[in-house]
Amino acid sequence: MPYEELNKESLLWMYETMVTIRRFEEQSRREADAGKLRGMHSSIGQEAVPTGICAHLNEKDYVLGTHRSHHHCIAKGLDINEMMAELLGKSTGTGKGKGGTMHIADIDKGMLGANGVVGSNIPVATGVALTAKVKGTDQVSVVFFGDGASSQGVLHESMNLAGIWKLPVIFVCENNRYAEATPFEYSVAGGSVANRADGYGIPGVTVDGQSALDVYEVGKEAVSRARMGEGPTLIEAQTYRYQGHFGADDPLGYRSKEEQEYYMSRDCIVMLQKHILDGAYADETQLEVIDKKCIEAVNTAAEFANNSPFPDSEELTTDVYVAY
Amino acid sequence: MTQAQSVRQISFIQAINEALRQEMHRDPDVIVMGEDIAGGGEREDFQDAWGGPMRLTKGLVNDFGRLRVRDTPISEAGFVGAGVGAAASGLRPVVDLMYVSFYGVCADQITNNAAKMHYMFGGKVKIPLTIMTGIGAGTNSAAQHSETLYSIFTHFPGLKCVVPSNPYNAKGLMAAAIRDDDPVIVFNNRQLMGFRFEDNVPEESYTIEIGKSEIKTQGEDITLLGIGYTTRVCMEAAGLLEERGYSVEVLDLLSLSPMDEDAILSSVQKTKKIVIVDEDYPRCSIATDISALVAEEAFDYLDAPPKRVTPPHTQVPYSRPLEALFVPTKEKVLAAALELLE
Ligand SMILES: Cc1ncc(C[n+]2csc(CCOP(=O)(O)OP(=O)(O)O)c2C)c(N)n1
Ligand SMILES: [Mg+2]
Repeated sequence: MPYEELNKESLLWMYETMVTIRRFEEQSRREADAGKLRGMHSSIGQEAVPTGICAHLNEKDYVLGTHRSHHHCIAKGLDINEMMAELLGKSTGTGKGKGGTMHIADIDKGMLGANGVVGSNIPVATGVALTAKVKGTDQVSVVFFGDGASSQGVLHESMNLAGIWKLPVIFVCENNRYAEATPFEYSVAGGSVANRADGYGIPGVTVDGQSALDVYEVGKEAVSRARMGEGPTLIEAQTYRYQGHFGADDPLGYRSKEEQEYYMSRDCIVMLQKHILDGAYADETQLEVIDKKCIEAVNTAAEFANNSPFPDSEELTTDVYVAY
Repeated sequence: MTQAQSVRQISFIQAINEALRQEMHRDPDVIVMGEDIAGGGEREDFQDAWGGPMRLTKGLVNDFGRLRVRDTPISEAGFVGAGVGAAASGLRPVVDLMYVSFYGVCADQITNNAAKMHYMFGGKVKIPLTIMTGIGAGTNSAAQHSETLYSIFTHFPGLKCVVPSNPYNAKGLMAAAIRDDDPVIVFNNRQLMGFRFEDNVPEESYTIEIGKSEIKTQGEDITLLGIGYTTRVCMEAAGLLEERGYSVEVLDLLSLSPMDEDAILSSVQKTKKIVIVDEDYPRCSIATDISALVAEEAFDYLDAPPKRVTPPHTQVPYSRPLEALFVPTKEKVLAAALELLE
């Protein structure tokens, strides 16, 4: 990273990243089913969105996420051993086991945290972009949030701030059609998140979030605008959450099987795989090698996490203040 | 209650649900709103998909329709504020704030509007708003989904705060909150949600007076004061103390604002010792407030200083072994009580 253009190298990086995310999420589910964590918000189905965006970022750029952020973290290059350990509440986790699945962060990798409060990270990302502006760096700040979060006032305040100050922040709405059991068409007046950018005089783009290539292109434009000091962009990536909202939630309680099948027939990994094979960037055997590598990496992460110790009891009261 | 009488046991969730249903039947001005309190948006085939994240509102939309049972977007400042306005203008809204930590999103509406309008407008406007919210650690949900925080709201004059501890008082306090002409916040502990208790919960509607505590067991040697979930912890600790031959009084506070000061003081005047068990952060909290009350008003009766059992002044950790050290337990209450008794 970053990848200047779509070629063999970048396509295979995206493929490996997306497959790693999916295998990681499947493993997290198994750990949850085994009772090692209460549950988690699965990002399966949405892998292409952070992957296509993060393809343009380097370690100095920032990403901020949501309650559903395992995919953001992996796309930003976090260590999956430490991530899995965090899920299991182990001392070797990204946050020493104190934060858990909704609060994975790694400041050294530019991941300023998942966040359990819906919408809460949007102004924080705006402030990160302010730092870049004041210090005159070319860093970019990206905040991912859901369709549900688009109804929080802070999104609008942040877009206005970023608009008047021309901040290098990219607002990426992952519209996965649902906020818990509430469908997008019910909760978002006007039927579009991207259109809301108009009122703030910033570009608002809708993109097929199942196409890693399309997200890559839109991300390229937004990141280069931000780096050149041209200000923020709002991207609405149309995607789909395959699993329930959290834990054992059954999505068929609020959506039809036909709808699910339609969206799942446009699976982002399958689509990227086809593009790679059709363009002869790699053959099936090469992709299988990557698939195997991802499974092994996730198995290693699970082993690492399960074999790691829980935090010492003193950890309960450390890290509340820097010094006390 | 004699053996012959049948006991009607329902869960905490069912109790809240029953109170909401009965109040909505009783008064057409009662409406309910919040995120996924029905679920499914306006999809005809998925009416009542969730019935609330904790199923507190299950079935209400089927009985009362979408006009009165309203799913909201994730806009707490918007819909809590709308609750204030609706309350000021003729409705009796119940607003669900899923977890108390989200109060930060809508604090302005609660503390600057709901709490103050009646006073600022010379008593001429009433805000019959009920906010129900989930509290408490112990569910492996980390720092932003496990707080208790009721103490913050007791700081504000104009807000009433109640914390039920079992299905019986959950139902009665919920009904009382809805009928009350002041804004009332009902804090429901998530660890209590699934439980059924011994208590009989009558099917017919009833209210429990806001501002009154309840003596759970009478005793002579020491008072254990609990709030919501910690009342359960106090009862367990009382069992352990009784095995050691002590006579224990357990007081369930139930209402934090207004607070039943008389009941606390008369219990302490009798037992001369008190352990206050509270899951909220220990600084500037309801526990420190009660401790001050006892020290100021009952000092001459005390055999020992009032004692608090609370979490340490830290965040709620995710990791389960750490989280277990955060929440007050019967062992900690027992140790605190023995310190005063021995
Ligand atoms: C301020 C706030 N309100 C409510 C919640 C409870 N909650 C957690 S996730 C969620 C739905 C979020 O939907 P969306 O933004 O679309 O993200 P998705 O879950 O689809 O990734 C809700 C309501 C919360 N965590 N924070
Ligand atoms: Mg969503």
